[in-house]
Amino acid sequence: MQEDGSSVLDGFRHGDVDAFETLFRLHQRAVYGWVVRIVRDCSAAEDITVEAFWRIYRAHARFDPNRGFEPWARRIATHAALDWLRSRKPESCVPEMLETVAAPCRCDAAVVEEIRRKTALAFGRLPAKLRVAATLAVVEELPHKEVAEALGITVAAVKLRVFRALRLLRKELQEQGITP
Amino acid sequence: MTGRDQGSEIRDQETEGMKQLLREALPPLGRDREPDRDLWPAMLQRMDEQSSRAAASVPWFDWALAGGLVAFVSIAPRTIPVILYYL
Repeated sequence: MQEDGSSVLDGFRHGDVDAFETLFRLHQRAVYGWVVRIVRDCSAAEDITVEAFWRIYRAHARFDPNRGFEPWARRIATHAALDWLRSRKPESCVPEMLETVAAPCRCDAAVVEEIRRKTALAFGRLPAKLRVAATLAVVEELPHKEVAEALGITVAAVKLRVFRALRLLRKELQEQGITP
Repeated sequence: MTGRDQGSEIRDQETEGMKQLLREALPPLGRDREPDRDLWPAMLQRMDEQSSRAAASVPWFDWALAGGLVAFVSIAPRTIPVILYYL
């Protein structure tokens, strides 16, 4: 099995389409699952997954089998998702999965919903690279090391991006009269 | 407790408050998300589109050569028979 896996990776590195298909079928769920957590839009995540695999296919000669396919694919997918986030207008970044969670009933549900909507909108206006770091590290609560590997930056840089994202978000919300 | 410790604690509380607010606004999706369909047909379509686009595209050098030829001919129209002779 190990031999099969390494021959597939080797075939992919030499541009074999069958090997690429095998890797695609093996990893499409993982890549999609990663992308959808960044962009929070199922339909866009499918397109970005295809785009990411297209970039992976084009970059086959640069693939190093010793470093593993999935971390490499995840990094490329993260950059494809970042490009997609950058290409969108901030106003259109209200997450489509927002309505999936019921409002807590500790106070007026309408007010809570409004705060959530404004927070999501304000978050959508942040620079994409700050948003991705904060989404993965704060919202998805992934380890900073995993986020750093996916973004191709250091753990310290991830922490800095998260800190800047939260600071900018707080400032934006305070301007709208919302104090966490 | 010193003033610096208090300031640090307040900042930590503010950061935690922002994190909580953000998690409420954007609920975590978790690891179990899967695409609704097999994406391989879309991948194949993408590969076909790109390869046909690459085949149809003319290299920049060919455009430059054609442009240079047109410019030369417009400057010296008498050379047209000579060029045609050598083609």
